[in-house]
Amino acid sequence: MAEVLVYVDHVDGAVRKPTLELLTLARRIGEPVAVALGNGAADTAATLAEHGAVKVLTHEAAEYADYLVVPKVDALQAAHEAVSPAAVLVPSSAEGKEIAARLALRIGSGIITDAVDLEAGDEGPVATQSVFAASYTTKSRVSKGTPVITVKPNSAAVEAAPAAGSVEALSVTFSAAATGTKVTGRTPRQSTGRPELTEAAIVVSGGRGVNGAENFAIIEALADSLGAAVGASRAAVDAGWYPHTNQVGQTGKSVSPQLYIASGISGAIQHRAGMQTSKTIVAVNKDAEAPIFDLVDYGVVGDLFDVVPQLTEEIKTRKG
Amino acid sequence: MSLRIVVTVKYVPDATGDRHFADDLTVDRDDVDGLLSELDEYAVEQALQISENSDDDVEITVLTVGPEDAKDALRKALSMGADKAIHVEDDDLHGTDAIGTSLVLAKAVEKAGYDLVISGMASTDGTMGVVPALLAERLGVPQVTLLSEVSVEDGTVKGRRDGDAASEQLEASLPAVVSVTDQSGEARYPSFKGIMAAKKKPVQSWDLSDLDIDEDEVGLDNAWTAVDAAAERPARTAGTIVKDEGEGGKQLAAFLAERKFV
Repeated sequence: MAEVLVYVDHVDGAVRKPTLELLTLARRIGEPVAVALGNGAADTAATLAEHGAVKVLTHEAAEYADYLVVPKVDALQAAHEAVSPAAVLVPSSAEGKEIAARLALRIGSGIITDAVDLEAGDEGPVATQSVFAASYTTKSRVSKGTPVITVKPNSAAVEAAPAAGSVEALSVTFSAAATGTKVTGRTPRQSTGRPELTEAAIVVSGGRGVNGAENFAIIEALADSLGAAVGASRAAVDAGWYPHTNQVGQTGKSVSPQLYIASGISGAIQHRAGMQTSKTIVAVNKDAEAPIFDLVDYGVVGDLFDVVPQLTEEIKTRKG
Repeated sequence: MSLRIVVTVKYVPDATGDRHFADDLTVDRDDVDGLLSELDEYAVEQALQISENSDDDVEITVLTVGPEDAKDALRKALSMGADKAIHVEDDDLHGTDAIGTSLVLAKAVEKAGYDLVISGMASTDGTMGVVPALLAERLGVPQVTLLSEVSVEDGTVKGRRDGDAASEQLEASLPAVVSVTDQSGEARYPSFKGIMAAKKKPVQSWDLSDLDIDEDEVGLDNAWTAVDAAAERPARTAGTIVKDEGEGGKQLAAFLAERKFV
């Protein structure tokens, strides 16, 4: 059976959820071979094996943390040469897309980014994408070389599928370009204790109607009552009320949770692009004409400062 | 010292318009008004700021690959303050994918001469966000991408890249390819004077033969990816909308409970 390379996104050996989703998709096409790089690479093996990786190729070197993107491209290219896979799958993070693109160019392959689904096809893997602010769905495939495809978080379920997951050291020779862009400093993000925005099952977002950084506390309280991630519209981020890392929309994160709760968000195209594939959408907004109400399964026309705290209290009561 | 900056820009269909696909499954450009991709305005802005903060003699060239109308995007960038423009236009370019676009841009940037290329973080139509990385790969120069802060001094470009897990400080020697995010700083509006001045600024037109690119390296038929189908997403079925009469929060909680979220 053909092998499928899966690029592992991990933090010091802790595998992030989108990689496990990739393993689910990879198994539809062939046998997943994972590639884990940098500090803690070998520690990923047990988790990857549980989810279907037949092999885990690892390489640790300081270059992966000290220089931007290119060392990882060099390694993935080495893995591609070693394995001759049927496809290469990479998580659709900003960095993942850059790695995938440079790899594709080097190996003479086409690239598809931001797939939301993947299935085997007669002419290679068929990727589903959601385009034009999610108003269209397309089916695409790579027509030249080894398909290189990046996949968005939440595109597949994480499934247990025990496999060998045998660890093999990958031999990597860094290119001259590898040390071109130096990472001279790194400030890790402080953990909020809430789920990762793109990976969360429930997202609670606030917009212009929240009207101030201090008022985001009521959005956070609702999120915490549901174990949800917190999002913000571009208007709220541009106003400085909430960090850009939490922005949902075209220039922020695109999310597709089971439940999306929009509070004080009008629903401009910029925002819709990042959330309209959510399974269930609810909104609270003062303006009955707000375009967000065209998307909702349930909407409340009212003042979010009345509705949201009452909702939070009621959820707490119901949860006991 | 002089510093030659090339800003790559894209002419895109207005995201607030009713975007759709043409019969050949390329982006339909006829039925929706086009404009300079909003995210590229940030690239033009950062080029202008680098110029304003520099003691060097800085020349800013805006470069686009696109149909005749794409000149509008160049004019906008020129009216913001760029010095000159290059328009790569050729009928054989229709349907070119990101890999092919990066080839055309790389050849054009090399022909124009550059110390620094600045791009936006992604286009607002294709939204892949991979062209700056591809361009760096093709040119064989450092990639310093997705910056929310950028500065150039003594032949070195520095910037801050805000990632999901960490915020990173980056540094590379020129020549280099930079991309900037929408967090890099509000783009200026063209002044009346700027708009008038832009009309007199030079816009060069190049076709594929000017760039030594064969027609079989670009275009829809030579793309390394193929779109087989495109379907409009069905409209969401109309939901329940209630007016808060004092119980809105409780009603919403009941709905969430019914859907098993609580």
